[in-house]
Amino acid sequence: MKKVYLDYVATTPVDPLAVKEMAPYFSDKFGNTMSLYSLGREAKKDLEESRKKIASLISADPEEIFFTSSATESNNTILKGIKGSHMVISSIEHACIMESALWLEKQGARVTRIPVDKFGLVNPLDIEKAITKDTALVSIIHGSNEVGTIQDIGEIGRICREKNVLFHTDASQTFGKIKIDVENIDLLSASSHKIYGPKGAGIIFKRKGVDLTPLIHGGGQEEGLRSSTVNVPSIVGFAKACQIAEERMEKDLEKISRLFKKLVQEVLKIDNVYLTGHPEKRLKNIASFYFSFIEGESLVLSLDLEGIAVSTGSACSSRSLEPSHVLIAMGLEHEQAHGSLRVSLGRNTTEGEIDYFVDKLKESVNKLRKISPLCIQKK
Amino acid sequence: MYSEKVIEHFQNPHNYGRIENPDGIGEVGNMKCGDIMKLYIKLKGDAIEDIKFETFGCAAAIATSSVVTDLAKGKSIEDALKINAKDVVDSLGGLPNIKVHCSLLAIDALSEAVYDYYKNTGKEISEDLKKKHESIKKRDDE
Ligand SMILES: Cc1ncc(COP(=O)(O)O)c(C=O)c1O
Ligand code: FES
Repeated sequence: MKKVYLDYVATTPVDPLAVKEMAPYFSDKFGNTMSLYSLGREAKKDLEESRKKIASLISADPEEIFFTSSATESNNTILKGIKGSHMVISSIEHACIMESALWLEKQGARVTRIPVDKFGLVNPLDIEKAITKDTALVSIIHGSNEVGTIQDIGEIGRICREKNVLFHTDASQTFGKIKIDVENIDLLSASSHKIYGPKGAGIIFKRKGVDLTPLIHGGGQEEGLRSSTVNVPSIVGFAKACQIAEERMEKDLEKISRLFKKLVQEVLKIDNVYLTGHPEKRLKNIASFYFSFIEGESLVLSLDLEGIAVSTGSACSSRSLEPSHVLIAMGLEHEQAHGSLRVSLGRNTTEGEIDYFVDKLKESVNKLRKISPLCIQKK
Repeated sequence: MYSEKVIEHFQNPHNYGRIENPDGIGEVGNMKCGDIMKLYIKLKGDAIEDIKFETFGCAAAIATSSVVTDLAKGKSIEDALKINAKDVVDSLGGLPNIKVHCSLLAIDALSEAVYDYYKNTGKEISEDLKKKHESIKKRDDE
């Protein structure tokens, strides 16, 4: 059967060049970066080379990049490691921020969740109003992993600077895909496996002078911010992926924008389907829709039977049987979130894949609508 | 996560659609995740001659709807009302724990369709069926 992967937001295949780069680090160059002998020193040297490549992608100083195992770990470290009694986040953060905030509340901290408009956009003025003298951190996701909306982190960062509050952004979905200016950013998280690097590597960008308490204590790796033997193979692969991303950014963006346009045009030809997210301020690799009268999990499964991989924010597909908090925060009704479908494009996506997807989508939607008691027009 | 049988029923559901002029309609919904199911029955004497369903829900909900209609078709009302979650889950070769509630949707819709038929025809309704009806309505309104 034809296989069409359209869930690049969930994870990406590792670029073959990154795989090649990693290979020696499993066997010949397996040293521990903390060891004194040459095998260890070489591993340390390569680790620092990787740090440089990654820093270059956001024009940061390599000393401001700290390796972790994932964006989840980076976000946990940041939220839990900043000392202060009040924190401001948006209502559409990734689960790792949402859950960390809930945990912090249990420990006695205060968290303000800023609402978004129907496009998923935070109003920077709301953040300004939410900041009090106790506020230690503002953490706002850069590009939404569910609907693709991009927040104005330049302006939010400027406000935070003015108010003397640290600003963190979860850039897991934008890092390596669009240009990021860290001028007004104090802390940033990103992940390797979202940009054609291997799983098991993430970063914290931490501006010099920002004080962060580690989450993992031990041998003192990563300047004491993240102990544990450094995962050199994954980091080397991540660095290669960053280098490729930097080289290809414009070309990839151009191609993906073109495919996005075609995809959205074709899908919106189906009756009773809506595109979510901001019309312009958005990532072009994520198209999130909702379909009336049908449920997302059954749609995902129906497409899976045709070899297509996509995702949904429907309650039926979540462990909690709750619909996506992001779609609800954007003002969608429960029933609307129920019919949500997220399609995400990547570097390897082709026009032929979009055509195949749209064909199969039409078939699946028709079929499920025939079974649905809510669909009136079909009869 | 789903068994072959679930996928089979989901891919080619049996008895979906509507019955014109049915003898009873059962509609249930708002279980845990906001799904809705409608079940239509047509009777011949005391037996379920035809049965059809419409479901707005996950793959498990669609597959269980299909199985329940299969199990009920041709049975007497009395026997059809005995179909329970275990019968449905077994016929499907198992369901993930989190999806077991979906199988109740179809069973409840069936008992509601029978209740509707009894009510329409002024037949006597057993205490059990009345109680079940009350609890389904109460839950759906929550
Ligand atoms: C916005 C965002 N933040 C955090 C994460 C978590 O990333 P990781 O898988 O590296 O822990 C993801 C990916 O699922 C994401 O999309
Ligand atoms: S119908 Fe929602 S989980 Fe099955």
